[in-house]
Amino acid sequence: MAHWFAMGGYAMYVWPAFAVFFIVLVWDWFAPALRRRRFTRELRGRLARERTRNTRAARAEAST
Amino acid sequence: MSRSYLPHWMHWLGSPPNFYRFAGAWRPWLMAAALIAGAIGLYGGLVLAPPDYQQGDAYRIIFIHVPSAWMSLFIYATMAVAGLIALVWRVKLAEVIAMECAPTGAAFTFITLVTGSLWGKPMWGTWWTWDARLTSELVLLFLYLGVIGLYNAFEDRRRGARAASLLALVGIVNLPIVHYSVQWWNTLHQGTTVDFLDPARSSIAPSMLWPLLVMALATHLYFFASLLGRTRTGLLSLESGKQWVRALVDGQPERTTGAPT
Amino acid sequence: MNEGRIGRSMPAAKAGMAGACIALLRRDFVLAWRRRGELFLPLLYAVIVAALFPFALGPDPELLARIAGGVLLVIVVLAMLPALESMFRADLEDGTLEQWLLAPQPLALLALIRVIAHWLTTVLPLIVVMPLLGVLLNLPVKVLPVLIVALLLATPLLALLGSVLSALAAGARRSGILMALMLLPLAVPVVIFAAGAVAAAQSGMPYIAPLMWLAAALVLAIVLAPLACAAALRIAVES
Repeated sequence: MAHWFAMGGYAMYVWPAFAVFFIVLVWDWFAPALRRRRFTRELRGRLARERTRNTRAARAEAST
Repeated sequence: MSRSYLPHWMHWLGSPPNFYRFAGAWRPWLMAAALIAGAIGLYGGLVLAPPDYQQGDAYRIIFIHVPSAWMSLFIYATMAVAGLIALVWRVKLAEVIAMECAPTGAAFTFITLVTGSLWGKPMWGTWWTWDARLTSELVLLFLYLGVIGLYNAFEDRRRGARAASLLALVGIVNLPIVHYSVQWWNTLHQGTTVDFLDPARSSIAPSMLWPLLVMALATHLYFFASLLGRTRTGLLSLESGKQWVRALVDGQPERTTGAPT
Repeated sequence: MNEGRIGRSMPAAKAGMAGACIALLRRDFVLAWRRRGELFLPLLYAVIVAALFPFALGPDPELLARIAGGVLLVIVVLAMLPALESMFRADLEDGTLEQWLLAPQPLALLALIRVIAHWLTTVLPLIVVMPLLGVLLNLPVKVLPVLIVALLLATPLLALLGSVLSALAAGARRSGILMALMLLPLAVPVVIFAAGAVAAAQSGMPYIAPLMWLAAALVLAIVLAPLACAAALRIAVES
């Protein structure tokens, strides 16, 4: 097992290469999720503000 | 409208909410297939394949370096085709797809350069050299970054997508240069090992070839899964004023797990 | 606003292609002449950078002679960048570009004229100063003609490529480094061939092949770049 891990002496080149491969692709996989979460949060906030504005306007209409 | 007729199906697919649902359904399957293929390919490459008689075990970087290089070119071509559709027919979905290809393409190009450097140091004695293939791959990375940069410099996302698509098309001349650079110029980088047009000419051992091809399949599957996910997110942002997005956002509880959609 | 007016007695009916080209050239020359102080800045920049190299690397004449050709090429490319970026911006902002779209002349032709005027006013002075800069960097005299020819081929090529990028970026928010980032991938092959010609001439080898490649690329670019530039301008103008 240790022999395989040593990669014939080239371990310090082979394993960082594989690490870069996985790290970059993990970033690529999860980065859009963060973007999406930010987007849904902003949109929900915007919708909530619109709703309070609409109910206030409706109440103002009704009381005049 | 019948969806069994291909043009009808493509027209149906071009509508953002339909694509959103379609992509959401296919994405987990594609990713699962990518992970399985990746596991098989890596096992075949790291464990089963014998050491190279010249390069020892260092050659095993090939199983991520070459598929990543292939992806860096394939994704660019995909981006260019989607960009062409976006420019000529102004299809919204094509704009989003073209722009969402760029980050993943840049990622694979970066992986290619770094893994190549890590492979080159023990084999050639240098972290970098300005030979034709390395230079043109680096140029490809700059092209991706240029497309991303130009797209993000626009206030209007649709106009930005069209401008960046035009840039991608202008840069497409680089692709044949990267691919054929090892044939046109005498370079340090090794020549064509895997010849798809004439397999008998391939100079790689079968025990090394099959994990390589499986990894190529795995990276392609991963790219499609990633692209579907990114396009879904891109469509949400672009269509944020539309009813279907609002309904989606309202009905969906705030996710706290790391699982991307 | 007197900026746009060229001649007091320019007849309106002279709207043929040649007439439009001449009018546009004259307009650009007049505008450039009015800002002639600004045109010295790239020259000054080139001189300063060329002078910095001996300070940075030491005045060893052999070292300077070896790198002079390549360094001068890079200096020219860098000096071209700021002017390239603003090739279309002013006209986009004041509405002239929309007039171009409405004009009966092909937009690609107008774009080509703009590139020609740009090259003549901002790049040609740089090439004219090359002998002086060559002296600063101890460029071997036999290399100078090849360098000039290489620049005469490479700089219009870069200007044409840069015009497409400038049109693409014209509608975007101002972002200084974006232009350089976009131009670099396209400039690399041009610089490789130009520098190859200069290096070959310096070592006494035949240099005609890279120059021919540059010439071929230039011919291709003269035909294709204005078309791409027109497409990019249309994207920039639409709101």
